[in-house]
Amino acid sequence: MSGPELLVVLPILIPFVTAIGTLVARRNPAAMRWLTVVGTAGMLVVGLLLVATVRETPVAVQMGNWPAPFGITLVADLFSAIMVALTGIMGFGVAIYALVDVNLRDTRLGFYTLYNVLLTGVSGAFVTGDLFNLYVWFEVLLIASFVLLALEGKRSQLEGALKYVTLNLFSSALFLSAVGLTYGLVGSLNMADIAQRIGDAPPGMVTTIAVLFLVAFGIKSALFPLFTWLPASYHTPPVAVTAIFSGLMTKVGVYAILRVFSLIFVVPENQSFLLNIILGASVLTMISGVLGAVAQTEVRRLLSFHIVSQIGYLIMGIGLFTPLGFAATIFFMGHVIIAKSALFLVSGLVQRSRGSFQLDRLGGIYREQPMLAMLFLVPALALSGIPPLSGFWAKFALIRAGLESEAYVVVGTALVVSVLTLFSMTKIWARAYWSTAPDDAPPRRAATRGWWPLVVPTAGLALLTIFIGFLAGPLFDLALSAATQLADPTLTYIPAVLP
Amino acid sequence: MEIIFAVVVGVLFGASIYMLLRRSIVKLIIGLALLGHAANLLIFTVAGFTRGRPPLVPEGASVPAGIIADPLPQALILTAIVIGFGALAFAIVLVKRVYESVGTDDIDVLHTTDLHVNP
Repeated sequence: MSGPELLVVLPILIPFVTAIGTLVARRNPAAMRWLTVVGTAGMLVVGLLLVATVRETPVAVQMGNWPAPFGITLVADLFSAIMVALTGIMGFGVAIYALVDVNLRDTRLGFYTLYNVLLTGVSGAFVTGDLFNLYVWFEVLLIASFVLLALEGKRSQLEGALKYVTLNLFSSALFLSAVGLTYGLVGSLNMADIAQRIGDAPPGMVTTIAVLFLVAFGIKSALFPLFTWLPASYHTPPVAVTAIFSGLMTKVGVYAILRVFSLIFVVPENQSFLLNIILGASVLTMISGVLGAVAQTEVRRLLSFHIVSQIGYLIMGIGLFTPLGFAATIFFMGHVIIAKSALFLVSGLVQRSRGSFQLDRLGGIYREQPMLAMLFLVPALALSGIPPLSGFWAKFALIRAGLESEAYVVVGTALVVSVLTLFSMTKIWARAYWSTAPDDAPPRRAATRGWWPLVVPTAGLALLTIFIGFLAGPLFDLALSAATQLADPTLTYIPAVLP
Repeated sequence: MEIIFAVVVGVLFGASIYMLLRRSIVKLIIGLALLGHAANLLIFTVAGFTRGRPPLVPEGASVPAGIIADPLPQALILTAIVIGFGALAFAIVLVKRVYESVGTDDIDVLHTTDLHVNP
């Protein structure tokens, strides 16, 4: 196996081996923690190397040397590589945060093993080139996330987990049915092979299957009206778990939608019915998410609704179905994964220092802990799209793509929702940071030196949003090359898989 | 034969969604179990039925002769059954824990995480 081929396999192998390592070291919490930090650092390095390797042409590996349509293919094009690199960034950052945030009991119950299995599933979903294999990776990451969500066994977690588990298992059944119908229709499961054969299939059946995939992935990525499981469950587990879920879980769903629709269900010019459904879902997701957020007073619930709202933006670029739209979605993905997770990490810091997630029990942070206030302010402004931070360029690219496609309703909604996002961030800022603390505020705990694992990744992600803002040009070029590969799979993706 | 299976798959999907929409968490589990069976049977059905022609390669040849039954759907279903078994086992334990924690099997009572103020 040559160097580039090894790089495609390593994102799955590293977290898997780390998971086994944490099982072996299950009596030694410190070993489990540091093993995970080292493993995720390795993932980050591999992810960045992979981006550099597949910049021009995708790399495909045939598992067990079975030739392409018969065996299982792993394939990394630039989009997959970017997602793997983002997984590495989030995995590494949250692993450091978890050093302090995840308590000894959860560590002994296997938090780190599950965490690594989750990362294995996420990476696997990003690099697989086989539809059924994608289903298997989805199940791997889902099972790990089920247990992570309910690990502490509090009532709120169990209730949230029940909704999360039911709706996600339902979505998996739809996904499995769609995979089965695809196989029945074209007789193949290799995505590149399906893409070549699906032209001969009856268009009515193809559209039906496409909608089935859209609903299945729509539940996983929390599209309107399928998002209700997310705000019911995401605020219940420890902050480290919420941060990694918010960074990766819904984004795997968006990845799958973009992959399947750019490769297999390429919508013909004259048949925009499906795209109108996607764009309509995007508009309603943006609006319902942000309106839900405006009504909340618990910081994590508020941020959970914002996850939903931001998914609308990601789907918007897919619905426009132009290379620029795809590029905007990919760039936005990088931005929102980092900014949103940073906000969750900050809310954990605030809770640790101020004893509450409730807005009406917080106050005075800006006066007493200005550095903490800055840690919140940077990602919050990035999320709302204030220049020169990452969110501005992400939204700029999306709006530009929308205007070029003359989708004025979606563009208008995106702009209005952006203002509402700023409003809801200002609400947190004004209540928790700017105004004085209420009389019934819980007692404060001063930050200690032992908190560095909490502060360093939070500050790192906040700095990254600034960094993306100033390096927007080269990074958007990267997203654009990835989008060009996606927009015409017959040029690079399919020849790489089926030489 | 296909028609019988198509009807069975439809009935299974219908029954499972009916059970999922009931208020009892035990019926929720039954619904999830039926859902997995429906999806598996669907894969089995759409791949087509070929009777009495096992996918065996004759001695000395490298490909099987004539029309054979497709072995792949069964491999897919086997994988899906194992995954579904694990997921369902977890769901059953979860439901038991929810019942112990909340003290009721009525799904409508499980709304504390959707309220504005959490205890």
